[in-house]
Amino acid sequence: MSIPASVSPKPVSETLRPLIPAFAGLSRFRRASRRRGVPWIPIFIITVMVSMALFAPLLAPYSPIDQTLRDKLIPPFWVEGGSMQYLLGTDAFGRDILSRLIYGARVSLLVALLALIAGGGVGLLVGIVAGYVGGAVDHVLMRLVDAAFTFPAILFALLLSVTMGQGLGTLVLAISLLLWASFARVLRGEVLALKQRDFVALAKVRGCSSARIMLTHILPNVLNTFMVLVTLNIGAVIIAEASLSFLGAGIPPPTPTWGGMISDGRGRIAEAWWVALIPGIAITLLVLSVNVFGDWLRDRLDPRLRQL
Amino acid sequence: MSIAEQGVAIAEAPSDDIVLDVRDLQTYFFLRRGIVKAVDGVSFALRRGEVLGLVGESGCGKSLTALSIMRLLPKGSARTIHGEVLLNGEDILEKTPNEMREIRGRKISMILQDPQTSLNPVFTIGEQLREAIFRRTRGRTREVMREAVAALRRVDIAAPEQRLGQFPHQMSGGMKQRVVGAISISGRPEVLIADEPTTALDVTIQLQYLKLLKRLQEETRMAILFITHDFGVVARMCDRVAVMYAGRIVECGPVDQVFDNPSHPYTQALIASVPKMTGSTERLYTIEGQPPSLMDLPVGCRFAPRCPYADQRCLAAYPPSFTVGAEHTADCWRMTAA
Amino acid sequence: MKRYIVYRMLQGVVLLCMVATIVFFLGRLTGNPVDLMLPEDATAEDRVSMIKALGLDGPLHEQFLIFVNNALHGDLGTSIRMRQPAVEAFFDRLPNTLAIIPWALLMAMVIGIPLGVIAALNRGNMIDRAAGSVAVLGIAMPSFWLGILLIYVFSVELGWLPSGRMGGPAHYVLPVITLGAFLVAGFMRLIRSSMLEVMESEFVKLARIKGMSEAVVVWKHCLRNALIPVLTLWGVFVGNLITGAIVTETVFAWPGVGRLTYEAVIFRDFPLLQAVIILKAVLILSINLFVDILYAYVDPRIRLA
Repeated sequence: MSIPASVSPKPVSETLRPLIPAFAGLSRFRRASRRRGVPWIPIFIITVMVSMALFAPLLAPYSPIDQTLRDKLIPPFWVEGGSMQYLLGTDAFGRDILSRLIYGARVSLLVALLALIAGGGVGLLVGIVAGYVGGAVDHVLMRLVDAAFTFPAILFALLLSVTMGQGLGTLVLAISLLLWASFARVLRGEVLALKQRDFVALAKVRGCSSARIMLTHILPNVLNTFMVLVTLNIGAVIIAEASLSFLGAGIPPPTPTWGGMISDGRGRIAEAWWVALIPGIAITLLVLSVNVFGDWLRDRLDPRLRQL
Repeated sequence: MSIAEQGVAIAEAPSDDIVLDVRDLQTYFFLRRGIVKAVDGVSFALRRGEVLGLVGESGCGKSLTALSIMRLLPKGSARTIHGEVLLNGEDILEKTPNEMREIRGRKISMILQDPQTSLNPVFTIGEQLREAIFRRTRGRTREVMREAVAALRRVDIAAPEQRLGQFPHQMSGGMKQRVVGAISISGRPEVLIADEPTTALDVTIQLQYLKLLKRLQEETRMAILFITHDFGVVARMCDRVAVMYAGRIVECGPVDQVFDNPSHPYTQALIASVPKMTGSTERLYTIEGQPPSLMDLPVGCRFAPRCPYADQRCLAAYPPSFTVGAEHTADCWRMTAA
Repeated sequence: MKRYIVYRMLQGVVLLCMVATIVFFLGRLTGNPVDLMLPEDATAEDRVSMIKALGLDGPLHEQFLIFVNNALHGDLGTSIRMRQPAVEAFFDRLPNTLAIIPWALLMAMVIGIPLGVIAALNRGNMIDRAAGSVAVLGIAMPSFWLGILLIYVFSVELGWLPSGRMGGPAHYVLPVITLGAFLVAGFMRLIRSSMLEVMESEFVKLARIKGMSEAVVVWKHCLRNALIPVLTLWGVFVGNLITGAIVTETVFAWPGVGRLTYEAVIFRDFPLLQAVIILKAVLILSINLFVDILYAYVDPRIRLA
């Protein structure tokens, strides 16, 4: 009887090189099945808001700043007492809410754009350097990231608005503080994985400098993730901007901001709900749209980021 | 080595009393891209007190067969669409989920592959054992704990009283797998499915664990369905063996018969690829090619594309089971002559 | 375990020093902080005497030492508006904030956790999608606006609940919902995704093999593990609550530290704001430390490491 006498040191499967192609594709399938269709409605809403911001002077029926006290607190057209003259009504100073809303989109989107470039850029830099250089640099940078996560950036933002004065620059700086850490953390993880890849080793063998490898090999490979992070964070930035404006730490009046409009209207909620509630609808719609769009984009480009 | 020792265990004739009878089991994955026929018509019977080996490459459907029997298929796309699983003559595929829950652990149980992940990291060993024992006895805490200590002692764990208060991460892999074993058999099941229980263990501990399983089996007379990819382990553990390839059992018979007279070319290849301990340093035998995609199976014999003996007949139709010897069958057209 | 706690405490102290340093230097970013600290009607003599008192005529590092020394003695300056030590003002208001935060947290747990579990169990079907939509909406709504919306609906239109200020239990309802709503969505999403991960694991299979009931498998074996990521993110949640309290208390005229922060901002009360921020850092760090200990209790791998 030729029974092999001992537990074989090497599993049979290894020598047989087993593989079932069907199962190899299983996880890919799961992802694919969750893939949703193109979110047309959010894309439409985003397009409308962006056009509002871009072409505000052309679209707005009135000046967002000039006061017409005679026409103050007129309700929207569908409410009794409203008129087609002011579609969404007017505020306590007789300013047209629709026009202010249109101009307010400018502030929201401009701040979002600048803060994402600044905060995201810093996060990108920190993430790549920490991940690629490693060692003590990584350790120090990541402790900073941890610290930033623990301590709410909004508080620093408020402090900045008092010490530096209100304005676009302060606001962008404040919101960047909010962003950089989460960008850095995710991108660092990404870089750590990339560092192990052959093309990086090859570049090292060829004698490329670290800076060059980071710029030409690492950076292009994390751009996808970076873009996904940017889209996923637009919503948070818009809400942060609105919150700061609401708290009186945003762009100072009379420039119309959505958060500021809500703040103006909240004292008169009983007699003129539209002043405070309508801008909130705009914020919610925009944030909802960019979030749904961001989720979709993440699933398309980088499903591994699902945990974010 | 200890062939003689094993001979004794094998010689003890198992009774004809069948505990578990699996008939034409089919478990498929229904994916958007197509149907993966992972288990495609598996039939076998397990006698009381017997150890049946289920051998095959990973991915041939062994584990899925086990999960189909336990009715613990991964949620979602996998479903058992056909077949019967008779436990003491009753089809457990027909049971309600609640009835099935009563059966699991008490009538039929299972040891999973990886001890590192089989135990819940946030509960003590004692708690995880207690749950299982309490379910059966409904006894007072002190009695349950006494029984838990006995259960650990039975799987050779030293100082069981202290171990009860420990968490899984405080134990070695081999010890964890013994705890898993203790938990799995704490409901005194009639059938135990062991799904590659030693694959994740160090080689030195593997043998120890196999001996333990064998001893427990002899003590309790439970039947074991032993899933492995390792023919060496089959020789050590099993009374009979079933060889599985691409979702079907291609050969089944008493271990010594299958080893002496492997009739399916796939079985022959598997046995040839086990490194022998005879000292020769000949090249390891490997099988050319890869198993077929389970989504697009050939009409004929599934092994035909890799089989050195394949002819027209093999490509045209799947062979029936031919009797090769006493209780020994093989699905291969070449057996027509025999 | 002891070493772990000591380590976390040290980390907290380092972080606190960082916050204090940043606050100190931000105050000097735009010149002499005296200009930020003095009331608008202050005279030139006031200015000079304050510079003397705070040692602001000395070099920067000396100023910093004075600042640290004062801070260690519990002196973080005097509020301009309230003419009261800032630390005192903070602790006067703190109980009011602590009166709503636990309720908001409780609401988030009681609603968010079961909702996340139920969504995970119903993965992909209508219930999951409905829960997901609620969560997405909850995240998209700025909480200050939600608060105003709630006031409009429940106070103005229906007249069921008071619209603000402290008072009996009814006064708590809207602020707590507003503060908790954001967390509900976060908890739900997090629990859902970690439940999905845990439910695939082998130990869950073993629990089923043992014949445990579905309820025990889900609510004991799965949930206990799924809670771990929630605890690791606790620090972020606490931060969210503290900042969330600023807008919530502002909307509901709730006299807590959040409202105090808002007042410090709109009245440009720099000494007060500086104190509030440093004390909030202390608050956040102590809660984090507490949670770390709790975390160690839930996850034995840390407790016994």
